[in-house]
Amino acid sequence: MPVVDVIKNLDAASLTLVADFAAPVDRVWQIYADPRQLEQIWGPPEYPATFVHHALVPGGRVTYYMTGPQGDRVFGYWQVAEVVAPDHFTFLDGFADAEFEPNTDLPVSHNSYRFEEHEGGTRATYVSTFANADDLQVVLDMGVVEGATAATNQIDGLLAVA
Amino acid sequence: MIETDEDRADALFHALADRTRRDILRLVLAGEHSVSALAKHYDMSFAGVQKHVAVLERAGLLTKRRQGREALASGDVQVLRSANTLLSELENVWRGRIARIDALLDQTMWSDQAMQPDQTMQPDQTMQSDHNRPHDHNRPPDPTKE
Repeated sequence: MPVVDVIKNLDAASLTLVADFAAPVDRVWQIYADPRQLEQIWGPPEYPATFVHHALVPGGRVTYYMTGPQGDRVFGYWQVAEVVAPDHFTFLDGFADAEFEPNTDLPVSHNSYRFEEHEGGTRATYVSTFANADDLQVVLDMGVVEGATAATNQIDGLLAVA
Repeated sequence: MIETDEDRADALFHALADRTRRDILRLVLAGEHSVSALAKHYDMSFAGVQKHVAVLERAGLLTKRRQGREALASGDVQVLRSANTLLSELENVWRGRIARIDALLDQTMWSDQAMQPDQTMQPDQTMQSDHNRPHDHNRPPDPTKE
């Protein structure tokens, strides 16, 4: 099981996930450095991601869209801040319009991805922070995530008891 | 006016404590309905249905908008999601990604060989995966790592 730790911070609306991968740090970094590999892991199977621009350098921009089952597209961008290969990078992740202009009405998350050698493999620490829980809710409600159906299931369960 | 989390919970459970209201909620979660269309489902007055809709609305389970002379109601499930639930949903997203990374790394176990431009990748060998095998036995020691 690659996920070794999950830390939820309710006040800061931040999530930290620690995962161990059985591959060298350079190899894990390569996934993020190569858009063709990144799109294999970014979106869930029902919302595959396509990366259009990819400049994983300080101040660089990464853009992508995710295509839904009905052909609907959700556009996103990363505003890359720090990049120290293959150790860590930080970026803002936000929504964009079809021309990849940032949509300032929708929330952004601050993200930090860190990789270190651990017992012959790689320990990755991912931190995503939102301004508040409402922002996180908006992002989840964009429907691009596996978890988005959880709320519906939850209320279905509640109503089914009736 | 809903002031605190406790008030909100009261309104929520009060709204859901009635069979007709739960039924209305099911309908409006499935899609937007006008209040008059909802009223046709029940053996009660339009005003009676409207009252139930108002209770659901106060609890934040339902939202209404006007279109011409009609009031259109749709369900809103967000109210039931706490910050903890939201973070769990995000966690699921992450777990999905991590599982995909793991699968991708597994496919390219012999990545160091595959990355050498002069070497032809042997699909039969590269696709082999053995979780018990040390993954880095084929790598030279990295002097920058301890």
